[in-house]
Amino acid sequence: MSKTSTPGRSADPVTAVPVRYPERWVAAGVILVLAAMFVHMLVTNDAFNWPFMLDHMFSEPVVRGVWITLSATVLSMVIGVVLGVVLAVMRLSGNPVLVSVSWLYTWFFRGVPRLVLAVLFGNIAILYQTIEFGLPFDNYWMAWLGLEGDARFFAIDTRTVLSGYTAGLLALSLSEGAYMAEIIRAGLQSVNKGQTEAAQALGMSRNKVLRRITLPQAMRVVVPPTGNETIAMLKDTALLAYVPVTIELFYQLQAIGARTYQIFPMLVAACLWYLAITSVLMVGQYFIERRFNPGQYGSIRNRIVGGVHR
Amino acid sequence: MSEQTNDPATVETAEGAAPPDGALVVAEDVHKSFGRLEVLKGINLQVERGEVMCVVGPSGSGKSTFLRCVNHLEKLTAGRLWVNGELMGYRQKRGRLYELRDHEIAAQRSDIGMVFQRFNLFPHLSVLGNVTEAPVQVKRTPRNEAAARAMELLERVGLPDKADSYPDQLSGGQQQRVAIARALAMEPSLMLFDEPTSALDPELVGEVLDVMRDLAEGGMTMVVVTHEMGFAREVGDSLVFMDDGLVVESGAPSEVLSNPRHERTQAFLSKVL
Repeated sequence: MSKTSTPGRSADPVTAVPVRYPERWVAAGVILVLAAMFVHMLVTNDAFNWPFMLDHMFSEPVVRGVWITLSATVLSMVIGVVLGVVLAVMRLSGNPVLVSVSWLYTWFFRGVPRLVLAVLFGNIAILYQTIEFGLPFDNYWMAWLGLEGDARFFAIDTRTVLSGYTAGLLALSLSEGAYMAEIIRAGLQSVNKGQTEAAQALGMSRNKVLRRITLPQAMRVVVPPTGNETIAMLKDTALLAYVPVTIELFYQLQAIGARTYQIFPMLVAACLWYLAITSVLMVGQYFIERRFNPGQYGSIRNRIVGGVHR
Repeated sequence: MSEQTNDPATVETAEGAAPPDGALVVAEDVHKSFGRLEVLKGINLQVERGEVMCVVGPSGSGKSTFLRCVNHLEKLTAGRLWVNGELMGYRQKRGRLYELRDHEIAAQRSDIGMVFQRFNLFPHLSVLGNVTEAPVQVKRTPRNEAAARAMELLERVGLPDKADSYPDQLSGGQQQRVAIARALAMEPSLMLFDEPTSALDPELVGEVLDVMRDLAEGGMTMVVVTHEMGFAREVGDSLVFMDDGLVVESGAPSEVLSNPRHERTQAFLSKVL
């Protein structure tokens, strides 16, 4: 008979010489030397001009720039998510017109770089000096009907509506809408078809199925990448500097650098500011992702109300 | 008749909009194709009020597809299907068929409960939420009223203490019983069961069949696609054997199960009994 383990009978403890990894020590040594060189450079290279950087990093226009950056991030993400939901629903609607419009939108706004979009929207006043509201093609059909004047009800100066900030925000939001549309579409498609059928069989209309059953379940797939998008968007607000949006963080830091010939310290200040804010966002993302942990629906509620079912 | 056409929406018929007689479900020459694959090849059957009809047959015979045609989850390719005197999915006017709008189809479906093989409970809602969702959203029942009714139903399926649990915390048998309660919450006049016990561990089949038996005794009209021959014999009022998209044989369950006339029925039963 083969030996079977008997409960209670102690076996010989395993005492083996562990495998050695000398190459780890070599790697650690090399990295230590490189790190020391880097720190040495930070301290000794005068171009960093740390005192100057610290002086100006928290100056009033820079701090205002931080708030502009944060507001632009939040607003463009909110508009982007709403647009994304609309576009994703259009894409999955089965209506050929809506499907192609949604596809075309995504194609355009994903295909054009954000920087180009930002500059393009910043210069839209070249295209339209005024934005007018009225019936379309009035210059043709009014003349054809023998009518005088036009069918435009009111007009506003483009520069007053589309200030640098709004133009830049529009560019970022519209571009984000395209990316969010793809994320939300993936989320909606990840929901089992049986869910839709069960809801339909209960007499729910297509609209209700989407709002009450499919979208809420798509959330757990949608939320983690949306966190990524938010962090990416925060960094992309730096593109607003090229619209140009003069009150924006990166523009302000560069302006100080250019004015004082201290370009490099201000670029380092930009790195530190963006790193600081994205780090805070990453902490937020960690908690959100933990809450939307896939396959843990019951535990979402449990964590919120602290109860344990079962 | 409509046998030759593939497009029921444009076919003109001499018959009026009313079904032949007062049965709850009337299927008349129901055809269904998926592309070039014809799954249903002309199903004719009637389910009377209060009748429990069990549908059996080999996999791929079209049983589930037929069931899904009854509540219009699948569109018929040809033929007609009435539930409660209403033509499912279409309106017949001056000899022409018009497709119903989404909310009209939804209204028709709200009178027909369906239980799926894979339960399809809503994982983001609690058990109570699953049962109250449709009454609140579709019938606009006040939430507390719907909750009280849901508790009664959970009592009936033996799960009153699971109201606050989530589907992923329940066993398969418990989930299926919740799914039955969810369907009953809409107070349907017809219940469809699509292999309700096929995804269950053997020891959990009994608890679901008990609930169904209880429902049948309460007078519910049921169409049950199943492989449970014991249930069909004991609870069913009629048994339909389907094969290759057609009804091969039907009649009283004991009669069909013990004296199958058709050789395809005999072959099938010899394998499963």
